[in-house]
Amino acid sequence: MGLAPLAGAALSAGDPAQLLPAREQMAFTLGFHIVLVPFGLAFTFLMMLANYRGIRGADADALLLAERWSKVAAVLFAVGAVSGTVLSFEMGLLWPGLMGRFGAAYGIPFGIEGIFFFLEAIFVSIYIYGWRRLRPWPHFWSGLPVVLSGAGGTASVVAANGWMNLPGGITLSGDRVVDVNPLAVFFNRAFWYEFVHMLLAAYIVAGFMVAATYAAGMLRGRRDRYTRLGFLIPFTVASVVIPLQILFGDVIAREVFHKEPAKFAAIELVPQTGDHVPETLGGLLVDGKVRYGIDIPNGASMLSGFSPSTRIRGLDTIPPPVRPAPHLVNIVHLSFDVMVFTSFLLLGLSVWFAWAWWRRRDLPRSRWFLRLATVSGVVSVICLETGWIVTEVGRQPWTVVGLLLTSDAVTTRGNMWLFFAGVLVLYVAIGAGTIFVLRSMHHRWRRLGVDDVDVPYGPEPPLEQQPTQAGHA
Amino acid sequence: MSTLAAVILFTGVVLYAIFAGADFGAGFWDLTAGGAERGRRPRELIDHSVGPVWEANHVWLIFCLVVMWTAFPPAFAAIMTTLYVPLGLAALGIVLRGSGFAFRKVLVRTAEQRVTGAAFAISSVLTPFFFGTVAGGIASGRVPDGGNGEAVGSWVNPTSLLGGVLAVVVCAYVAAVLLTADARARRLQDLEAYFRHRALVMAGVAGVVSIAGIFILHADARHLFDQLLGPGLPFVVLSAAAGLTALALLRSAVPRVPRGFAVVAAGGVVIGWGVAQYPYLLGTHLRIADAAAPRPTLVSVAVIFVAAALLCVPSLILLYVLQQRGRLEEA
Ligand code: HDD
Ligand code: HEM
Ligand code: HEM
Repeated sequence: MGLAPLAGAALSAGDPAQLLPAREQMAFTLGFHIVLVPFGLAFTFLMMLANYRGIRGADADALLLAERWSKVAAVLFAVGAVSGTVLSFEMGLLWPGLMGRFGAAYGIPFGIEGIFFFLEAIFVSIYIYGWRRLRPWPHFWSGLPVVLSGAGGTASVVAANGWMNLPGGITLSGDRVVDVNPLAVFFNRAFWYEFVHMLLAAYIVAGFMVAATYAAGMLRGRRDRYTRLGFLIPFTVASVVIPLQILFGDVIAREVFHKEPAKFAAIELVPQTGDHVPETLGGLLVDGKVRYGIDIPNGASMLSGFSPSTRIRGLDTIPPPVRPAPHLVNIVHLSFDVMVFTSFLLLGLSVWFAWAWWRRRDLPRSRWFLRLATVSGVVSVICLETGWIVTEVGRQPWTVVGLLLTSDAVTTRGNMWLFFAGVLVLYVAIGAGTIFVLRSMHHRWRRLGVDDVDVPYGPEPPLEQQPTQAGHA
Repeated sequence: MSTLAAVILFTGVVLYAIFAGADFGAGFWDLTAGGAERGRRPRELIDHSVGPVWEANHVWLIFCLVVMWTAFPPAFAAIMTTLYVPLGLAALGIVLRGSGFAFRKVLVRTAEQRVTGAAFAISSVLTPFFFGTVAGGIASGRVPDGGNGEAVGSWVNPTSLLGGVLAVVVCAYVAAVLLTADARARRLQDLEAYFRHRALVMAGVAGVVSIAGIFILHADARHLFDQLLGPGLPFVVLSAAAGLTALALLRSAVPRVPRGFAVVAAGGVVIGWGVAQYPYLLGTHLRIADAAAPRPTLVSVAVIFVAAALLCVPSLILLYVLQQRGRLEEA
């Protein structure tokens, strides 16, 4: 019911029939992939922290956490690789117009990404293999390339994304790219802020997600030291990073104000150019007017230029043929509000934690703290997803701002709904499989006390001469 | 420069064909191993022998895609808009196969493994088939410069079907040789005989398909036929000779030797195709140089390739050495 009118509105006359399914599929698969990203990137850092503590403090609980985390990371890493492989097919199958025209520039960061991910996979193998086989410190250090190459891979992909937002480093002759400056492509004008923001986001999401699982355990009465430590390490990291991220988000918003005015007009819901622009919380654009929102007088002008008289370019400055449709503007604006709102919720929780720790060197006593911590993981994912929606939908109708319209990037052949349906079914199965596998690992650790769980990237168990099926419990 | 980029791309294709070929071929034997009880032992060997290589496989696939769209963007777009059906299906097959890698080791109950196992086995037969049809479509010139070629005819045609069948058969052959050698190394005599028998059968099938292929190509893709018998001929002969040598040595030599020959046999077919196609990227109409990206991009691709080799090869060696050392200690 609800989707049908939206689908109708999303397609304007003359758009190829493939556009809507392609966009939905891209959004779905990227939205899925991005949830796994923080685990390859930041969870591995948490694992190293636990490992460090384990060695330094001769702390068996911390070491056990690090070992189990490395195995969870391996499973999620493998799922990330699978979903990433689909993405690279989709670049061509869904967006041949983008790759055919700009692959010469846009492709370079992806090539660099490949190196980092390969390295990451190799060192994940070494690290998992090294448990009880390498000496403690060399083993610890074998985790470092995992964390570093995770950051390198992120930098590369985000560089590609930044290039779509603020393309540079190419010379065009007509429609053809005739010269490319690879460094200017990679270090485009959006690169630094998008990269740092994404990196911090990954630490926030991994921190709250991991802490949430141990908070749930504590609510069920597990108060042992192992569980506490499993909560404290990730939650502390997330609590340290979230205020930094909010400060940094403010910086980014100003970068977007200067460099991507069209996106900024959608974010702040500004139909008409002017000064003394209010900050609108919530609200919708209906018939060219802002309705239903709560206005903070002069807010947007103050935030973007530190003065009520700061002029903000509105949607009216965008030429009508490339002006984003009102429903897209609304999606961008509301997503932005959700990102900021959820950020402050997470900040609130962190401050509560910091206060209790400062006063009593302990977690807040209230069960409400644990309940909220249990949902903080999901909240942080919402924050991440809405942030990406701001970036991606806020670029519309452009795929490469100023150079390539999304309707020209999309493929023009075939029934993309069928492809989308196939991908959807597979991804649901993979999502369910991932959860099932993680639960069964948890079960074996918790209930059965078995620790030699085999994971992808891990060493192969020996093959027996006359094997029996019940090799492992 | 564009030729160098094409060589890099093609290196990726050959490596993918070899590594993934062994993997998919093992899936073929998994599929045909029979019921749960009868097929248990071969399946266990399959699991042990090919489990660890999946990550390396898909890295090469992604490498091919990335180099293709960066170095030869118009050709990439043309292929993607023409052969989207087999490519889309291959992508779905790869996801299934990859999930096998992700979940297989963690699952412990036979029932769970059977459900996942069946899906992965089927996908490992279909995926090389579709990739083979893609290769056939490109080689027989059915992908126009501007893309948007025939949606069905581009991959349902004699050359494509030949490519698809040949891909499945060669994968099965290579995997059977590797598995025989592996069983030998592990002193599992029953399995050694089991896979040796299958390697021989598949070699025979490959021979028959190749001879049929001569007639098919003669009728359907004349230019490719001529080139394969011209500059491509040494590689075709090499491939056939290596394939036969591998079989001859299966019983007697140290396991490493037949393995090597089987890999050469598989690689030879693919290289023969590449050499026959040179200097064209698509059929006989789009030259490599005409599809290439600007020079700085091609240089970047080459630099990235070298950097990847410098960083990843030593790391891989480190991993390998550690594992060998561990194996010695455990023994
Ligand atoms: C948990 C993660 C998280 C948190 C706490 C925040 N963000 Fe964010 N935000 C993201 C996660 C994110 C992201 C990773 O999803 C995005 C998408 C693209 C990017 O670079 O970061 C993003 C994009 C993004 C953009 C668009 C950038 C562009 O399109 O180039 C802006 C303007 C902001 N953010 C601003 C903020 C502000 C003002 C925040 C605090 C109040 C904030 N973000 C908190
Ligand atoms: C901020 C954005 C992204 C980040 C931080 C990110 C990070 C990751 C991580 C951690 C992995 C697992 C690594 C592995 O298993 O090898 C991965 C895999 C992958 N991702 Fe993403 N990803 C992002 C977006 C994308 C996008 C947009 C694409 C493609 C269009 C993509 C393509 C891939 C591919 C191809 C793989 C498999 C790589 C390989 O194993 O060689 N990613 N990504
Ligand atoms: C850094 C990595 C990313 C890259 C390189 C990337 C690239 C792309 C491309 C090529 C498109 C299609 C063209 C277009 O519609 O403009 C697209 C669309 C889209 N992406 Fe991203 N993306 C990235 C990350 C993400 C993430 C993490 C999300 C998560 C929600 C996301 C959400 C979307 C959505 C919603 C669209 C459709 C926009 C629309 O048509 O309205 N993207 N992206």
